[in-house]
Amino acid sequence: MAEPMKIRATLQGDVADVRILMLHPMETGQRKDAKGEIVPQYFIQSVLVTHNGKTVLDAQWSQAVSRNPFLGLRIKGARVGDKISVTWTDNKGEKRTDEVTVAAAS
Amino acid sequence: MNDFRRSFLKLAGGVGALAAAAAAGVLRSGQAWAATWNKAGFESKALADVLKNLGAANAAESADIVITAPDIAENGAVVPVAVTSKIANTQQISIVAEKNPFPLAATFDVSSGGEGYVSTRIKMGQTSNVWAVVKADGKFYTAKKEVKITVGGCG
Repeated sequence: MAEPMKIRATLQGDVADVRILMLHPMETGQRKDAKGEIVPQYFIQSVLVTHNGKTVLDAQWSQAVSRNPFLGLRIKGARVGDKISVTWTDNKGEKRTDEVTVAAAS
Repeated sequence: MNDFRRSFLKLAGGVGALAAAAAAGVLRSGQAWAATWNKAGFESKALADVLKNLGAANAAESADIVITAPDIAENGAVVPVAVTSKIANTQQISIVAEKNPFPLAATFDVSSGGEGYVSTRIKMGQTSNVWAVVKADGKFYTAKKEVKITVGGCG
């Protein structure tokens, strides 16, 4: 099972600043292992971010996104306590969903 | 003895065919679930093809797109790139690293409520321009910024 994501959502004014850190090897399919064999592609293909159940960001990624990907976005009209849910799907069909609530700016 | 060998070969051949069929099945289902994944765009090897596959062949340059990326990135495996679009009704933001083997790195579809801002980290093989392609109100706009790479991140 995939590792949990680290998600932080803080409110600044009426905009929620969301930062997501996913743990994934993101293999490009170009790297070779110690035996000289190509390591097969293994990367997150899509990331869906919802705000109170409504989609705000639907990302499609290639293998060019770095290992343990970071994603930052801003959501307008958010309030403290709103639910932010993030789901990623990789090219092997594996999925992971994590949810946080928007916190007040510290 | 010889007979045994023949039948063994036959069996082995059968298993091989089965494995091939299974592999084909996996490929097919992979394509099915990724219906919205822009396969043509992500597999394009030249900037012009990427823009064509995004539908942005006639994109105009815009000063309202800000790319935040380092001038010199020491490690090509982790290049922080943020794109801010001040164009109203931004629907989609794509990040393209021009000289990567497959230039299109990521596409973000922004829905209502999401601001025209995304930030992520990409791999870059060598020094090249990073392009941001923004779709707003059905029209495409681009901006670019050169990022120098000290150590490539695609090996």
